[in-house]
Amino acid sequence: MTVKFTTTINGKEVQGETEDRTLLVQFIREHLGLTGTHVGCDTTQCGCCTVHVDGLPMKSCTMLAVHADGKEITTIEGLAKDGELHPMQAAFRENHALQCGFCTPGMVMSSIGIVDRHKGEKLDEKTVRHELEGNICRCTGYHNIVKAVLSASEVMNKG
Amino acid sequence: MYEFNYQKASSVDEAKQLHGNAEDPKYMSGGMTLLPTLKMRLARPSDVIDLAGIGDLVGIDVSGDTVTIKAMTPHAVVAASPDVKKAIPALAKLAGGIGDPMVRNRGTIGGSLANNDPAADYPAAVMGLGATIHTDRREIAADDFFLDLFETALEEGEMITSVSFPIPDKAGYMKFPNPASRYCIVGVMVSQKGGNVRVGVTGAGACAFRVSDMENALASNFAPEAVADISIPDTNLNSDIHASAEYRAHLVTVMAKRAVAEANS
Repeated sequence: MTVKFTTTINGKEVQGETEDRTLLVQFIREHLGLTGTHVGCDTTQCGCCTVHVDGLPMKSCTMLAVHADGKEITTIEGLAKDGELHPMQAAFRENHALQCGFCTPGMVMSSIGIVDRHKGEKLDEKTVRHELEGNICRCTGYHNIVKAVLSASEVMNKG
Repeated sequence: MYEFNYQKASSVDEAKQLHGNAEDPKYMSGGMTLLPTLKMRLARPSDVIDLAGIGDLVGIDVSGDTVTIKAMTPHAVVAASPDVKKAIPALAKLAGGIGDPMVRNRGTIGGSLANNDPAADYPAAVMGLGATIHTDRREIAADDFFLDLFETALEEGEMITSVSFPIPDKAGYMKFPNPASRYCIVGVMVSQKGGNVRVGVTGAGACAFRVSDMENALASNFAPEAVADISIPDTNLNSDIHASAEYRAHLVTVMAKRAVAEANS
């Protein structure tokens, strides 16, 4: 059986038609060809598939595609504006906050969520480390990721 | 995942109707347990009835001496609610410690309780605070709700609509999380309201339970040392690669002590 739905992906309206059981991450990667959103564990643990749903980070491997109906979805491809990286992406680049890069899209999406939740506050290392608990980097490159999030939070809070 | 028929309900009545008309239906709230279960092919419902479109089932109300949380309210909303933080800080803390931030943006209190995972956090809150579960057809007291492993007093097709928590004089929650999954190896919620003390434990047994010896001791002296020498028998406790039954029994006492200390702080 198939379902039809209308969603907004990275600012563009998209008509979806998938099997009822299709996952949101499959829809994003296989139907739309947006392969920046990764599938790491497929069991809701690693956070590689994190996207924003109406501005909130969620794990797209644990949502149905049809759950996107009427929602605004932002993927890693939707962050840069007019050829300019989002401050979080820029901070990851500046701080070399990646090794193999597989977890990076999810890390960036979750990290923006951390800064959003603490808008106007000065973030500290402990908070960032704690709130990254839903993202796993198997290169264990957390040190520079935390540095990048702290650095981006200052830029984002100014903007 | 096996194939299923996806249906979206926009009201409680519509959800019940869809449920009644389907062969082997399953309600889905946040899907944080149901979707992984479907992915592993551990369940094969004919129909998944999505409750996420029912706006009436989302929200928090604090009035008089009660905090009422509607069933589809996500954990993150409970954790961040200034009203909950003020009325029952231990409940906000508990909600903020479930899973991870992304799971908390999607998982709901109703889904968690209906699922009754032995290691879930909310059952400790319901038991330890003496909450009442409201469904589409009746009210169920905390002590009557949790029956066994993944088994509740809910009847076929019965849906949780809200949960009301009496506001205690003080309460504290402590859990020893599994470091990978953040599920409770043991979690304990203690509360005091007048002369009434409740100790609700999750993670240790097949489902949440109370510890009356600790409640009696705390009723005469609400201090960590009152429970320090009270241990529960390890017979019938959960035992797995993460923790033996004996270790879980030990953790119940330690978490209870810390929860009382937190309630008093």
